[in-house]
Amino acid sequence: MSQPMKRNELVLGNKTLKDITDDICAPVERFPSKGWMALFVSAKTLFLFYILTIAMVVSTGIGLLGVNHPVAWGTMIITFVFWVGIGHAGTLISAILFLFRQKWRTSVARSAEAMTVFAVATAGIFPLIHTGRPWLDFWLFPYPNQRGPLWVNFRSPLLWDVFAISTYATVSTVFWFVGLIPDFATLKDRAKNKIRRTVYGALSLGWRGTAKNWSHYEMVYLILAGLSTPLVLSVHTIVSFDFAVSNLPGWHTTIFPPYFVAGAIFSGFAMVITLMSLIRIGWPTFKDYITIDHMEVMNKIIMMTGLMVGYAYGSEFLIAWYSGNIYEQYVFFVSRAFGPYAWSYWIMICCNVVIPQLFWFKKFRRSIPVMFVVSIFVNIGMWFERFVITVTSLHRDFLPSNWGQYAWSMYDTAILVGSFGMFFTIFLLYLRVFPAISIAEMKPVMNVGKDEEGGH
Amino acid sequence: MAKKRSIGGTAGIFLKESTVLKAAAKVRESGFIKFDAITPYPVHGMEEACGIKRSWIPYVTFTAGCAGLLAALGLVYYTSVIDWPINVGGKPMFSLPAFIPIMFELTVLFAALSSVGALFYICGMPKIDPPVIDKDLTCHKFAIFIPENDVGYNAERVEKLMKDLGADEVKKVAEY
Repeated sequence: MSQPMKRNELVLGNKTLKDITDDICAPVERFPSKGWMALFVSAKTLFLFYILTIAMVVSTGIGLLGVNHPVAWGTMIITFVFWVGIGHAGTLISAILFLFRQKWRTSVARSAEAMTVFAVATAGIFPLIHTGRPWLDFWLFPYPNQRGPLWVNFRSPLLWDVFAISTYATVSTVFWFVGLIPDFATLKDRAKNKIRRTVYGALSLGWRGTAKNWSHYEMVYLILAGLSTPLVLSVHTIVSFDFAVSNLPGWHTTIFPPYFVAGAIFSGFAMVITLMSLIRIGWPTFKDYITIDHMEVMNKIIMMTGLMVGYAYGSEFLIAWYSGNIYEQYVFFVSRAFGPYAWSYWIMICCNVVIPQLFWFKKFRRSIPVMFVVSIFVNIGMWFERFVITVTSLHRDFLPSNWGQYAWSMYDTAILVGSFGMFFTIFLLYLRVFPAISIAEMKPVMNVGKDEEGGH
Repeated sequence: MAKKRSIGGTAGIFLKESTVLKAAAKVRESGFIKFDAITPYPVHGMEEACGIKRSWIPYVTFTAGCAGLLAALGLVYYTSVIDWPINVGGKPMFSLPAFIPIMFELTVLFAALSSVGALFYICGMPKIDPPVIDKDLTCHKFAIFIPENDVGYNAERVEKLMKDLGADEVKKVAEY
């Protein structure tokens, strides 16, 4: 029989099982490096600034931001959709690629999923503040009350969103935590002092790793992957319903759900590339696990989803023309591409459609500096996509008497920039205290300890 | 399984995945039924070797998912049709398509949380400070543990069996 096609090794450097544990646990067990400290202090300062901004917005009022008639959805909603979208790549990697048995996902799944959890946490704050009176946000949930009882409106996409986002946050956190349990047990058993042992022992929930436990564990992992897959698709679908269910030209289109999901995966993978590039720089030992091959595969996904997003942009024009609806045609052919916010439209096109075309070339797909820069551009472009959708559709609707601009204020900038402080603070802390690659999942994809034929 | 009390026994520590897998199959052939293998990661083929039946958690998932679906339907029906009906553009009170997102989300939520709850129940988690046979069993070593109440348990026999199967070390375990 001829030799089957040989794939590149998923993990470089002929590691033994012990090497894997040592390598992955090392960043958690040593004193943080200067680089980490510098990043953490910067991120934390930004986070404190963010908390201060939120305090001012909440105590003074949402009017500090540029939201007003007619653009009543501004930075809060744009940045909310942006961060939720970021989260989607994590679930795609951890759940969908798991179902497709893509073994390369293993070394990036843990951190990508951490990114999901933290991005959704960052996102979740925005609609809560956007309500204007965040101390009454518990009204979003249906509970028996003394106001009638006055129930929430189950026919509103905004309420669907409450359910979608809170379910998504819960299930991804649980999925992530279930994956972490065996690794916490590893960290507990390696602990040199009592405090570490106690803390990681508590986090591991007393995991023992018997064959029976593993059998159930693998089943639950599969089930959670199977549940997360439709869930992640539903979440951005429902986020897009926030727009698509209204009848505003530019929002009221049936392409929104797949378009939003593709965009979410696109932006999420860009963020994964950004973070993984930084992890590779910060912890050179992880280069054996998160190899250039891994990065290349993700860049291919970025390019593919980027093309899907570009196709959606084009298709919106086609449908606007084909619909014969003058308001629809005005939004796409006049207002977006050539109106007062044309600059944001063209930033979006450049960042999301033009720049990722670099990835047609293998050389660029495998170059860390190139992919890092491209990923930043994609992140910027995807924020602007949401800006274009939200602001340019609202600022000019049916009646010219109802037209206006979005009064961008310094608080808009502060709250957008500050949210990165929150995200990076949590992510950097995670890198310090949790194993950033799944130890228990890495070992089965290796070829050590098996007999000569690679089997058992 | 869930509320198993600690019990003593003998454990063999193995260094290679393929050895422990063959050993588990042999231990089973020798007539032991209550033994368990302890591994740092899920070993492919271990379920067959130990004779572990397929997990019943999917039934929990399905039941909980159905419960979630019905709970969501009940919630939206009671609040939007019975308790606080609002006429929006003359559309029907029981406007099912608008309720589907809520029903879907609660199905997933109930199913996911119950599956994890079932996992915790089966594995006896959370458990404070569980007995540890060897600290390397979560890193690079493998073990087969035979409890003293197993059929035909005899300390010398088990020790010899483990040695024959290629155990690197055989440990007497006071409680596991």
